[in-house]
Amino acid sequence: MTDPIRLSIRHVTRYAYEPQAVAAVMRLRLFPSGYEGQTVESWQVTANDQPIEPNFTDAAGVKEALWSCDGGISEVEVIAEGIVVRRQDQGVVRGLKERAPAELFLRTTDLTATDTAIKDLASAARRSDTLETLHSLSASVRDAVEYKPASTNMATSAAAALEQGAGVCQDHAHVFIAAARSLGIPARYVAGYYVAGEGDDLTETHGWAEAFVEGLGWVGFDIANRTCPTQDHVRLICHLDAGRAAPVIGAIEGYAEETLTASVAIGQAQQ
Amino acid sequence: MLSRTAANLYWTGRYVERADATARLLDMGARMTMLPGSATRQDWLSVLKAAGVPLTESEEVGRREAVRILLLDEEGGSSVRSALTLARSNARAERTALTRQAWEALNDEWRALEKVPEAEASSSLPDYLEWAQKRAAAFRGSVETTMLRDDRYDFIKLGGALERAAMALRLLEVKYFALLPERDVVGGGRDFHQWNSLLFAASALRAYHHVYRGDVTAWNVADLLVLNRSFPRSVALCITEAADTLGRLALRYNQRTEAQNRAERLHARLADTDMDEVFADGLHEFVQETLKSVLDIHSATSLVYGF
Amino acid sequence: MHSNSGIRAPYTQVASWLEEIGQPLLELRAKEAEALFRRIGITFAVYGEGGDPERLIPFDLIPRVIGASEWARLSQGIEQRAKALNAFLYDVYHRREILRAGRIPAELVIQNLAFVPEMIGFDPPGKVYSHIVGIDLVRTGEDDWQVLEDNCRTPSGVSYMLENREIMARMFPDLFGEGAVRAVDGYPDDLRRTLEEVAPPACRQDPQVVVLTPGPFNSAYYEHSFLADLMGVDLVEPRDLRVRDGRVWRRTTKGLEIVDVIYRRIDDDFLDPLAFRSDSALGVPGLMNVYLSGGVTLCSAPGSGVADDKAIYTYVPEMIDFYLGEKPILDTVPTYKCAEPDALSYTLENLADLVVKEVDGSGGYGMLIGPRATEKEVAAYRKRLEADPAGFIAQPTLDLSTAPTFTGGKIAGRHVDLRPYCLVGREVRLTPGGLTRVAMREGSLVVNSSQGGGVKDTWVLAGDAPHGGGA
Repeated sequence: MTDPIRLSIRHVTRYAYEPQAVAAVMRLRLFPSGYEGQTVESWQVTANDQPIEPNFTDAAGVKEALWSCDGGISEVEVIAEGIVVRRQDQGVVRGLKERAPAELFLRTTDLTATDTAIKDLASAARRSDTLETLHSLSASVRDAVEYKPASTNMATSAAAALEQGAGVCQDHAHVFIAAARSLGIPARYVAGYYVAGEGDDLTETHGWAEAFVEGLGWVGFDIANRTCPTQDHVRLICHLDAGRAAPVIGAIEGYAEETLTASVAIGQAQQ
Repeated sequence: MLSRTAANLYWTGRYVERADATARLLDMGARMTMLPGSATRQDWLSVLKAAGVPLTESEEVGRREAVRILLLDEEGGSSVRSALTLARSNARAERTALTRQAWEALNDEWRALEKVPEAEASSSLPDYLEWAQKRAAAFRGSVETTMLRDDRYDFIKLGGALERAAMALRLLEVKYFALLPERDVVGGGRDFHQWNSLLFAASALRAYHHVYRGDVTAWNVADLLVLNRSFPRSVALCITEAADTLGRLALRYNQRTEAQNRAERLHARLADTDMDEVFADGLHEFVQETLKSVLDIHSATSLVYGF
Repeated sequence: MHSNSGIRAPYTQVASWLEEIGQPLLELRAKEAEALFRRIGITFAVYGEGGDPERLIPFDLIPRVIGASEWARLSQGIEQRAKALNAFLYDVYHRREILRAGRIPAELVIQNLAFVPEMIGFDPPGKVYSHIVGIDLVRTGEDDWQVLEDNCRTPSGVSYMLENREIMARMFPDLFGEGAVRAVDGYPDDLRRTLEEVAPPACRQDPQVVVLTPGPFNSAYYEHSFLADLMGVDLVEPRDLRVRDGRVWRRTTKGLEIVDVIYRRIDDDFLDPLAFRSDSALGVPGLMNVYLSGGVTLCSAPGSGVADDKAIYTYVPEMIDFYLGEKPILDTVPTYKCAEPDALSYTLENLADLVVKEVDGSGGYGMLIGPRATEKEVAAYRKRLEADPAGFIAQPTLDLSTAPTFTGGKIAGRHVDLRPYCLVGREVRLTPGGLTRVAMREGSLVVNSSQGGGVKDTWVLAGDAPHGGGA
């Protein structure tokens, strides 16, 4: 059993508006929840320097806040930062307070709709044991979809990513989720933070998947990295697909051109 | 009151007046072009300009086109039909803010101009114009007699007053454009007819003779249409009404507004002016400047009340 | 009136009235009524059809009459159903006991697209989800009423209930002289009370209620403005609302003013682009967050539609038993869920005798009425059904009752249904009456206004009429 590690995270999202927006409303899901494998030691979210507290927690244990602002706005800067302690858990999410029935995550969405290719991929990966099926599925999805930055976008569906055989972490997760659901295994999308290895330049949030295994609970699969979530993964949001798991969603009033930049800095905290 | 409601009521008031004024303009155009030797094309062009219809100089405009553009066009708000339709659709969105009578005045026969052929509209033009003016009168009448004197009433009145002021100013512009090619014959027979037509369009012929008791002169016509507060369509009276209405709104909402300041400034300026001054500085320039002030009142109103 | 029998007792007064006024006057009044509707602006737009965008719904002058004791039983059945449906909604968004008990298949609820995950674990004020329950009923025998469907989201048509009465009272004042017919005009006040009763926890003063409409181009816009007017509240569009400091505000000429309760006539998907459809330009950004954190109440609650799904419909008797421990007072139509193999094969074999509907359809669209369809239509429908069995249910064609209707210059029987509106706040309120829809074409069973159906005034009598009349 490895020791817990302390991760220091700073996640900055910046919107610039040209010309100024009349008003802005932002839905923020930037609050990691605690469970057995993850303790939030300290955490603070600000928007244009105003501190923000979550005002409710959804059925899957995800906390959210709403921030609103009036008057001419040329920039909104949302900063989420703090320290999260991660323990080794082999990717099994235990002790998370959630009320959603697992079967909810059998529901298909536009981004995770299945087609014949996905169904074929899924049935080829099927084993007698659910956990083995999922591991085998994770590997074959990764084999079928090459990691290729900027080859897809937020709206690319699982079927499209599989067909072109290339994508990013979000697409790997979507194909896996679609395939698992087609086998009757509840699966969902997780957005979070990830400590990339040497040379990797992961400066945005990361995406992986969780599948429900009877008797064990929700188990994570980081398909892109061919692993189950480790102490380098920090869980932030989970939902039916990536489209519903955006950490920051905003709307403005007025006719302004919007520019979005985001950055994530994550590493082991100094003792 | 919801800002959107205020906006819809304001525009209802404006479009009803626009339909009414456009009908008058069309009537005037029809009269002007009946004159012997009239430069038909020019006259219709100036009428369309007064109605705010964007045109290129080279465009051929005869009676038929004018009737189509100013009476029958489906969209854009320049024709009687589209102004009435827009008045109705603004009102329809605010059914709850209007009395049943005021709504029914706009809703009754609102589609009457929908299937009228151009030829028929042209040959029975006076009937159609009279019909449109009656619709506007019915709306105004029901607003006056059935609406509570609250902010709803104020916004309808405000829209109406500003539109009437703008229309009176545009009417003077028509005369200006019509005169352009023949400046040298001011006071000639044709000129007399043009001023007469203009008074007719403002439903002011009888009023003119009642007030000025003499020949029709440019000075007096402009005085009647701009400065004479006893004439219900004069710019000065409309602006006084607008300033009063904005003043009532400011009291209701406990907030003095920029719109009110602007209306009061224009009101004071008009009270200070006489016709000698206007003609000395140029009627055209005066009209343009005043139109801009009216537009400023509109912008300030929409800003402060959120529409 | 029921087919093959004479005049039912409640109709005796109407029958003698009809005899008295005679055909020509009736015809004259029918024309006057249409002119009135047109002038007031009560119209109904139909999506996806050309022609008149502000069409009138045909109004039939002859009222539909329901006897006092008959209504007493009906109203008990309606209230029972409204309570059970709300209890069901609370349960499926909380402990899901009815699913755990195996009384309703879990996937039918959890996988249902009308089941809104955001609502799980949330307690709407008063635990009420569907504040206005519209239940469509048909009479199939002397004392038999059957429920055709439940409407838990935003049942429309109540403005016709009110206006139909208004017009009848204007045209035939004598008829209402003796208080024999129960009034319906208390509905707007009842609706306002119901909405005020479910004010959110954050509400500190008199609850501020608004009606939220998609705008003047919506087919039911007249109704939206009508109800707002009669309740004395603002009729707002999404752009009139904004979220700030955890509450919802409306833009007014005096600045922002608070909103506590929203009677929304907008579908779930279009409520909040930050929560549901981000591609939608409609909606109020942040509305769901405010709702879920107790800053505003939405009526009906998002996700209420899972209770009025046509596949769930068959389980309402289970709900009544499970939550209320009662026997259902109203019958439900036997329904074959084509998702089940046996039901599918039965349906396919008997397609020509059944009514087949899409589970999530409404407005009378996309349904097959076997006995009235051509062979070609049946064949085409068979293909659709085979392609997606779970999307359909089938029911036997009912022997619907008819009511006397003035059509084509004479009085003849036409099929009718009835939609009463049950209000659920801290207490349950039911206006005596409802909307009677009538299939104006002879023999037609489709009463939907979007399919050329008409409406009638609906009378609930204050006391039972003496039997008699006959023939």
